[in-house]
Amino acid sequence: MRLTGAQALIKSLEMQHVEVIFGLPGGAILPVYDPILDSSIRHVLVRHEQGAGHMAEGYAHVTGRPGVAMVTSGPGATNIVTPLADAAMDSIPIVVITGQVPTTAIGTDAFQECPITGVTMDITKHNWLVTDAQDIPRVVAEAFHVATTGRPGPVLVDVPKDVSNAQMEWYWPSSVDDLDLPGYHPRTEGDPADVRRAVELILCAERPVIYAGGGILKARAADALRTLAERTGIPVVTTLMARGSFPDSHPLCLGMPGMHGNYTAVTAMQRADLLVALGSRFDDRVTGKISAFAPDARVIHVDIDPAELGKVRRPDVAIAGDCRLVIEEMLEAWDSLAPQRERPDLGPWMARIGAWQEEFPLAYRQEEGGALKPQYVVETLRDMTPDDTIVASGVGQHQMWASQYWRFEHPYTWVNSGGAGTMGFAVPAAIGAKVGRPDKMVWAIDGDGCFQMTAQELVTASAERIPVKIAILNNAYLGMVRQWQELFYEERYSEVYLSPDLPDYVKWAEAMGCVGLKVESAEEVAPAIEKANGIDDRPVVIDFRTDAFEKVYPMVPAGSSNDDIIVGPAEGEGGR
Amino acid sequence: MSAGTQAPARHHIVTATVENKAGVLARVASLFSRRGFNIFSLAVAPTDQERFSRITIAVDVESAPLEQIMKQLDKLVNVVSITELAPEEAVERELLLATVHAGPSERSQVIAVVGVFEGKIVDVGPERMTVMLAGTPAKLDDFESLLRPFGIAELQRTGPVALPKLERRTGRLRSIAGGEGEPA
Repeated sequence: MRLTGAQALIKSLEMQHVEVIFGLPGGAILPVYDPILDSSIRHVLVRHEQGAGHMAEGYAHVTGRPGVAMVTSGPGATNIVTPLADAAMDSIPIVVITGQVPTTAIGTDAFQECPITGVTMDITKHNWLVTDAQDIPRVVAEAFHVATTGRPGPVLVDVPKDVSNAQMEWYWPSSVDDLDLPGYHPRTEGDPADVRRAVELILCAERPVIYAGGGILKARAADALRTLAERTGIPVVTTLMARGSFPDSHPLCLGMPGMHGNYTAVTAMQRADLLVALGSRFDDRVTGKISAFAPDARVIHVDIDPAELGKVRRPDVAIAGDCRLVIEEMLEAWDSLAPQRERPDLGPWMARIGAWQEEFPLAYRQEEGGALKPQYVVETLRDMTPDDTIVASGVGQHQMWASQYWRFEHPYTWVNSGGAGTMGFAVPAAIGAKVGRPDKMVWAIDGDGCFQMTAQELVTASAERIPVKIAILNNAYLGMVRQWQELFYEERYSEVYLSPDLPDYVKWAEAMGCVGLKVESAEEVAPAIEKANGIDDRPVVIDFRTDAFEKVYPMVPAGSSNDDIIVGPAEGEGGR
Repeated sequence: MSAGTQAPARHHIVTATVENKAGVLARVASLFSRRGFNIFSLAVAPTDQERFSRITIAVDVESAPLEQIMKQLDKLVNVVSITELAPEEAVERELLLATVHAGPSERSQVIAVVGVFEGKIVDVGPERMTVMLAGTPAKLDDFESLLRPFGIAELQRTGPVALPKLERRTGRLRSIAGGEGEPA
């Protein structure tokens, strides 16, 4: 069967069971947009290419399937660089197709030419420049294989216009053996001897903590993690990327560790004699000052990416493998070893943990008639939405409050930008999540600064009837930067004020085809949420006017030891 | 002082078999730059198989742990395999080309130095001479320092390429071939 390269590309995406492409056409990708008209694949027309990338990420987050975005050459391609970097940091499988100027024009500084494979070399798992239409099915199959296996990540396929227009003879690679990837062999199963050594360490630990990271979710290992925690009785911290991988209501769940983690999660890791790191990477936001991190702990580190083992902290047992498979191997080893062993009583350790939880809970105070507290908004929203609501967030204070005060009970209900810290992530990611899981309620908890970066995608959501709901915690500031300036720059506020009324968020929402609501006091919170929950034919934006002086606590100042955690504001701090 | 003289203590040789595709060298170089790994020298050449090339890199193991360099390199999809060679486990060779000032009065002295090192004279002009030497990096360092007094007009070194030393059958053979052990 003779096809054009463009037809082969769309057919290849169909062969990969792609349901939806997030994209925006332009000159170099024009040939590929024509066969989309005849394809079963849905196309969501974004208003800015960055939106397409984050939608693909949101889709991938909640479905576990790769998100697909398609954009044109030059600025179209560079506009999707941020989502690629974001997906690389958080190991999100996305496949980005970019148009490219014709091969004959490459290197001539042609109109809308940009060497996007060079630009994205370090922020994709791999990328391809296709120079022969005959290669298209194979390269697409390779791209999906690389994006979704091993440590997942973003890939980019750059397709010059003449390649899209050229004729090719259709085929489809029937198996991995037909791919041309001689250097790509991700390892998934752990070494049995190392697994056994890991279990031996667990069996003699007195103060163990499971340090669960985003890899648990990538490996679909939430059930395995729960079994491991329950069988061994070891408490679990869930990092920002792992929220939802272990139910917050579980008695063994300690919640989020790190710079804005709760006291118990942070301190349990500091005092532990064993950390079982599963799909986590000892990120600086988790460890604080690395030389002072968990000083007495031995470390078992399980990660599918061998380069993570020993990158930051030298493990005592390093296991390269898929978290789900390795946990299952550990459970088997546990069942054979545990009955023969005398194991230390974890009771005293759990008692210490319980005492910390009691003494240092997350805390804020919503005064009656006082300024609206952002935490109160998050808690009310949490209590008024179904358990399996998907929550997306941007980056900053609102993200930390969302992570702290939401109660995550199910995996794949939390969509956020962890490693890259991309402001503006929430709105497009929520839209992508809703496209992937139309059956679920999707809320974005956003900041006013973040919202202004990508809000235009609500036009996309209205046009495509994607009913996401956005809660803006509008404190009129770039709040996290403001917090640092207050605490570490002697309250010298440099370029952080945004204004609560400019733009007018309600009018803006309405202009974009959404319902816009404004909430200024605690009493109005619940009614507004109730109204928003009842709207299912268009997006809703609620502008919550929150207290600009509220800060995220606890906090470990950057570069400090986690032992120096600040639990709450000092007396008289943040005076007006 | 040349980089070569200090290299042996700090560098390891990493050889990577890579796919012979456009942009692969850029990926490797970019990885080193992005992760803050330092390269002493780098040599790229085809192998006996057309699909693959071999990249030989002398890496600075003080800039980053060798293990981390190897693992990150291995993550590149186009990198097929990697071997690491500690200096004592490798047969290393490098090529040096130098044009030295050698008028009629110095010519015989330069020829003598080249002769001692078993190098070659590859070009002769009225006032200059181009010489070459293949050998271990250390030998090239010595050669270079003896040429220097004549005045070096131009000098090029390839950076080392390396293969693993072959297994020796007996301890006695090792002591003959490997020379004295390092002082503890």
